[in-house]
Amino acid sequence: MRRITSVFTSLAAGALLATSVAAQTELTVYTAVEAEDLARYAETFNESNPDIKINWVRDSTGIITAKLLAERDNPQADVIWGLAATSLLLLKSEGMLEPYAPAGVEALDVKFVDADNPPAWVGMDAWVAAVCYNTIEAEKAGLTPPTSWQDLTDPQYAGQIIMPNPNSSGTGFLDVSSWLQMFGEEGGWDFMDGLHSNIARYTHSGSKPCKLAAAGEIPIGVSFAFRGAKSKAAGAPLEIIVPSEGVGWDMEATAIVAGTANLDAAKALVDFTVTKAANEMYNTGYAVVAYPGIAKPVEYFPEGLLEAMIDNDFEFAANNRAAILKEWQSRYDGKSEAK
Amino acid sequence: MSTLTPGKHVLPAGPTVKGKLSRDDIMMRAGMVIIALYLLVTLAFPLYTMLSKSFSTYRFELSQYEFQVSDETGAFGGAIIDGAALNLRSAAYGDSELNTGSDGRLGVTKLFPDFSFRSPVRYQVRNSVAGGRFLVGSTLNDSIDWLELDSNTFRRVQLRPVKSTGFDNFINYFSTPALFNSIKNSLWISVLSTLITVSIAFWFAYALNRSCMRYKGFFRLVAMAPLLVPSLLPGIALVYLFGNQGMLKELLFGASIYGPIGIVIGSVFFTFPHAFLIISTALAISDSRLYEAATSLRATRWRTFWTVTIPGARYGLISAAFVVFNLVITDFGLPKVIGGQFNVLAVDIYKQVIGQQNFEMGAVVSVVLVVPAIFAFAIDRLVQSKQVALLTSRSVPFQPQVDLKFDRIFLAFCSLIALFIIGILAVCQYAALIKFWPYDLSLSLNNYQFDKMDGGGWRSYFNSIRMALFTAVVGTSIVFFGAYLVEKSNGFRTGRAIFQMIAMLPMAIPGMVLGLAYIFFFNNPANPLNPIYGTMAILVMVSVTHFYTVSHLTAVTALKQMDREFESVSASLKQPTLKLFSRVTVPVCLPSVLDISIYLFVNAMTTVSAVVFLYSPKTTLASVAVLNMDDAGDIAPAAAMGMMIFYTNAAARILHLLASKGILRRTQAWRAR
Repeated sequence: MRRITSVFTSLAAGALLATSVAAQTELTVYTAVEAEDLARYAETFNESNPDIKINWVRDSTGIITAKLLAERDNPQADVIWGLAATSLLLLKSEGMLEPYAPAGVEALDVKFVDADNPPAWVGMDAWVAAVCYNTIEAEKAGLTPPTSWQDLTDPQYAGQIIMPNPNSSGTGFLDVSSWLQMFGEEGGWDFMDGLHSNIARYTHSGSKPCKLAAAGEIPIGVSFAFRGAKSKAAGAPLEIIVPSEGVGWDMEATAIVAGTANLDAAKALVDFTVTKAANEMYNTGYAVVAYPGIAKPVEYFPEGLLEAMIDNDFEFAANNRAAILKEWQSRYDGKSEAK
Repeated sequence: MSTLTPGKHVLPAGPTVKGKLSRDDIMMRAGMVIIALYLLVTLAFPLYTMLSKSFSTYRFELSQYEFQVSDETGAFGGAIIDGAALNLRSAAYGDSELNTGSDGRLGVTKLFPDFSFRSPVRYQVRNSVAGGRFLVGSTLNDSIDWLELDSNTFRRVQLRPVKSTGFDNFINYFSTPALFNSIKNSLWISVLSTLITVSIAFWFAYALNRSCMRYKGFFRLVAMAPLLVPSLLPGIALVYLFGNQGMLKELLFGASIYGPIGIVIGSVFFTFPHAFLIISTALAISDSRLYEAATSLRATRWRTFWTVTIPGARYGLISAAFVVFNLVITDFGLPKVIGGQFNVLAVDIYKQVIGQQNFEMGAVVSVVLVVPAIFAFAIDRLVQSKQVALLTSRSVPFQPQVDLKFDRIFLAFCSLIALFIIGILAVCQYAALIKFWPYDLSLSLNNYQFDKMDGGGWRSYFNSIRMALFTAVVGTSIVFFGAYLVEKSNGFRTGRAIFQMIAMLPMAIPGMVLGLAYIFFFNNPANPLNPIYGTMAILVMVSVTHFYTVSHLTAVTALKQMDREFESVSASLKQPTLKLFSRVTVPVCLPSVLDISIYLFVNAMTTVSAVVFLYSPKTTLASVAVLNMDDAGDIAPAAAMGMMIFYTNAAARILHLLASKGILRRTQAWRAR
């Protein structure tokens, strides 16, 4: 009898072991989050969900979006964790996202949740435009610090500014879309005409202008505040300027890819992404997170940034994206080397 | 013999004699078919898919939507009108405005001239055919049920385009000046780089082959170094040398390195060894009798140069020119790193696909890029086929005479070039070790902490090595076996000719175009090969195909040196051909086999363009990491990773050298008497 029980227990234990092995689900997660944060995100998630393994596919916003769209008929990703909301709106309009209301989503700021019910995506944190200003190089060139976007069209900055190309960078696009929203269609393009004559060149990525400013390659880089704060922390002689008219922003958001074979694990992950713990984790890099009331100030973050965030119309940005990019390209992409 | 006319002979007409296919022949043909199929699947089909993509257009089909407008009280009673009729009435959109890209969206309120978002009037809209698509905000509607909206929501309705085929993408491309300009840019940058590289490479090769200067071995070694690094590495070095914080920035006199200047200097660096190799081969063969004749005719050095030396090397020069032209126009890494605002075709593909997700336009640019590349390639093949043997059995090899003055000039010239090459590499290594250029010049290994950067960390480095090894092993087997079948099998002439042609094709296809074609072809659930998408296998496959041509030509050249008698003898000894292949052919050709594998290894380590669309999280690669780190602004780590690739390739080359020496001693002993 005893023997039989022990056989049964060992069998049961074996079965238990087998299920726990089988439950080790692997999720392919597409992301545009900065590479240095990924390991930390996965670790924090695995503290509460040790049985789900995350395989990251990390690239810039544009590449990840292109990848997802290219794989439309045969999605490779299970979850998107940390991609611009503007991109997620594009994917949503292609019917590529699985609507899901994560447990606890009510706690989030409504601004950060898709308006549909159930929502197709949920926001994590906001990333906010800012100007990185290298004080040493600016002094060498005899520049006065700009305080507004319009200041940047001043002839004294001719050839001293680098910004990301909106055709290849999400940050570049959020800048352009915010200018069009703030200054109006006509005013926005007028402003960009003026800015263009001061631009040394456009980069492909959004963080590069700030890193170039940090390295003294250019005095002024139009980039985002988070990048500036990091470079400043690394010892770069940077001033992070918040233009007075207001700044554009986009949020990083999370969604489940429709048709995933691992729906339960995907839901578990998305549930985690809206928790307080997850939002506290986002807060190490981002001053604005979706969970209200927990954000602590981030080191070297410029003051007054939150107040400067414009009332961003994501639908406008997503639905006019193709037209805006085409117009931008015809205005600035072809003739720029003529200088 | 079947042409014998019957009737005039006494002998009765026998059965027609037909070569019987032996089991061996069948096996050889089956082998050839398999390898031809491989090339078809990895090259022809993907390219075809991409070509068809460039013809797929998008257009708003207004007739596929139906609208109904209510009265002020919100009751629907009026006529149901389709969008086309509304557009006719309101003249809101011209015909050409209805052409768009896959991402196109069209607002509908313009179709209703009386529209006001404050009015109490309500609207109904539906797709009149199944599969139609429109958005409310960003929510997709693809059913044919009516959707009722108030006027404020109705203005959020956006129509989505329908896919069809036509030439519109090409018309659109050629009417966009920004894109069209790139053709001009690409062409002149390639021509200029070609002129400079070929001239420098010529004099360098001349010095090494026709002078008695010292340190020839060293110069030969240095000249090969650029082959070992990704083409974008010189771009990174140029940023450190001539960027706004550059060490030698004054040398540019205020001009910017970001743009054509940078691209040309970088291109000269990475195409130099290719041109040098070809020209050096051409100059190595020369008949001393021609020079003796020139001397006895009292021709000046100058005249001898133009009437003897240049004509002798002309095929090499032309060939080198086209190879360099092809390399520059199809290169993508370098202009991306240092091109600034200077748009070229290869970068346009990247911007269209990555930045705007406009795959159709990406395919169009690819087609445009393939044209000059194929053209250059075709001319090169034509020239090569005209090359006649300069070296006859009566030739006397040329022995350079010591001429102190000339040797000293050549030594100075070659030292300058060597300084340029070593300098570029040294700058990269130096930059990789600096803590924070230009504000903190202390040395540190911080930039080697790849795991904290974009691009996949150290794992991508080891992935690259694995990928390169696989490419070398798999590629060499496929290429060499394929070349053997083409070269040594009997009959089946058309099949062999077609095979030869397909084997030449990869040379003319830019890596980026191949990569893009692979996405279209392999990431399709209907494709039985779909599971390899996102794996190491597809990376190996694209690399083997991308570098097929040169490997194939090397193998063919080696095999041509072996008399076909071997096959006849083995057949008469009733030995299967495969046995001959493994016991005789491979051992005899081992030097070339090793050459092919090191060529594949080195190129697989450095290629960016072919794999940039195809790597996945588990298969990130070092060369792509260099690109991504540079893109994110982490230039020093990018340089560090680039140098890791260099050291790995250098080590592989040394290993290859030692191995071939050892193996040669054993397998090639028969050559010695």
